[in-house]
Amino acid sequence: MPSGSPLKIDTVVIGAGHSGLAMSYCLGDRGVEHVVLERSDVANSWKTQRWDSLRLLTPNWQSRLPGLTYDGDDPDGFMTVPDVINFVNHYADVISAPIQTATSVTSVCYEGDGYQVDTDRGSWKCRTIVVASGACNIASIPAIAASAPSSIAMVTPLDYRNPDQLNKGGVLVVGASATGIQLADEIHRSGRPVTLSVGEHVRMPRVYRGRDIQWWMDAAGVLDERYDQVDDINRARNVSSPQLVGSPERSTLDLNALTGIGVKLIGRLAGIREGTAQFSGSLRNNCALADLKMNRLLNTIDEWASENDLDDQVPSPHRFTETTVEDSPPLGLDLTNGQIQTIVWATGFRPDYSWLDVPVLDRKGKIRHDGGVVDSPGMYLMGMTFLRRRKSSFIHGAGDDARDLSDYLIAYLNNTASITG
Amino acid sequence: MTDKKVENGVDVEFLLGAREMLTEAPEGAQFTWRAKCDWVNGTHSKTSIEGYFGLGDEQNHKTKHEFDADHPELFSSEDHGATPVEIVLVGLASCLTAGVAAVAQHREIQLNSVSATLEGGMDIQGILGIDSDVRNGFDGIKVTYNIDADASQEDIEALVAQSQKRSAVYDIITNPTNVTVEVS
Repeated sequence: MPSGSPLKIDTVVIGAGHSGLAMSYCLGDRGVEHVVLERSDVANSWKTQRWDSLRLLTPNWQSRLPGLTYDGDDPDGFMTVPDVINFVNHYADVISAPIQTATSVTSVCYEGDGYQVDTDRGSWKCRTIVVASGACNIASIPAIAASAPSSIAMVTPLDYRNPDQLNKGGVLVVGASATGIQLADEIHRSGRPVTLSVGEHVRMPRVYRGRDIQWWMDAAGVLDERYDQVDDINRARNVSSPQLVGSPERSTLDLNALTGIGVKLIGRLAGIREGTAQFSGSLRNNCALADLKMNRLLNTIDEWASENDLDDQVPSPHRFTETTVEDSPPLGLDLTNGQIQTIVWATGFRPDYSWLDVPVLDRKGKIRHDGGVVDSPGMYLMGMTFLRRRKSSFIHGAGDDARDLSDYLIAYLNNTASITG
Repeated sequence: MTDKKVENGVDVEFLLGAREMLTEAPEGAQFTWRAKCDWVNGTHSKTSIEGYFGLGDEQNHKTKHEFDADHPELFSSEDHGATPVEIVLVGLASCLTAGVAAVAQHREIQLNSVSATLEGGMDIQGILGIDSDVRNGFDGIKVTYNIDADASQEDIEALVAQSQKRSAVYDIITNPTNVTVEVS
């Protein structure tokens, strides 16, 4: 199949995760001829790059995509990884998405009148293209990792499965977003003492005034806030994921909860020198900032609840204990004395655009776009943090973004001549 | 809420404009700050600040600024100026306070008064070489702000927190920095 002339099609969607499929639904609904290319299977990242205990941060009722709403019997529960794989595959079936699996895109070029998409199973020529290949293809590891002593094992969240794969002994978890706190919790509970390096983070209670925090943010419109309404979209797009975990107990997993089971908090990792990890003295301020920002969110929720006459229906407003930080957190940690056996780099993820031969990357390696409309004719982006709305990177955020961007895409198709010859 | 215009003397529009410009042209954001120090006598030295590099060119302060540093008479010195470690506190205090004013202006909070007291604890067994387990520098710094502003206590705390997040000197003190000292 690799040989032969390219197939012509209006639109190629790259990636059959929930974002690419939501876009496929919107395109199919409006008669746009398209193909969804998937390097492996539907929901591949969920099958191959997630740890065992992971559940979605959003409750089941929120798992809605265009043409599909959750109809199970546990609306307040949180999907496990197998649940998510089933859910996304079910969606692909329900919408009869034109997916070509086991097809890796090797190159995308712009050729004046459209895009040439080369794969390991043939080529396409298309006027429009949707990049839905995911935001978390590669674990971002800071350059200082290279200075860690060779005796230390290093793991990223993409290859971590469960604590049993780690050596016995202490673990330094670097990063306190959703990933970092979840891994710190289960690794510490496995008997491997965890030190958690904490930089800027987003603190959130799982449940507030009797309802899930996602319910409040959804209802109060926080999640619908648009990219062109926020003060500083670059900053908003770089905010790390909230300290949340989806669990049957709906428990809150914040830094106080971790300290409560014996996890040791330490400042942001600033360097590794001569076998000693160095940490910033800014832990107290980072915790204070997160507490203040959480209270600002709770203020927004309380105001919205009052304005909408909910105060009689839910428990009264309250505030959570401020984050406890010891008086003088250590600034250094010896990595050579055997106390720390493993470093887990929970320092974020980035997309892989190694196949993208269109000059749309900025100097930080991110695609230049305006709310998903990429800086190249007929190219659109899906599934990135705060792409068009605060909810963009969540499953339920894909619908509105796909509807908006398919509008742009169809307008572009209508306004340009089709490929000739 | 009043319609009174908030005026803390910070040109936020200029700062936002500069931010936008330097986002487009990041090479202009490369600055080099300089100091020149001359030994006077004993522990007394005089440091002058005049030129710096930024926006792609050599720049100058409006006038030369000079700083005497010395040790107090307690150490059998002549106390011609603050001790170097106290000058570090000066840097931290003035950096954070400038930040408070800038953030307040940006958030449209009128400041009426801002004062900070700083304390840096130090076990001088370190610098005297008595105990090698004791570091030379501060074992901790405590900054206490007293702020009167037309804002809630929570908003004031947020100002102070944000100013730490954006402060150069706070970063310099809380994070390690490679220091190269050579003799020419």
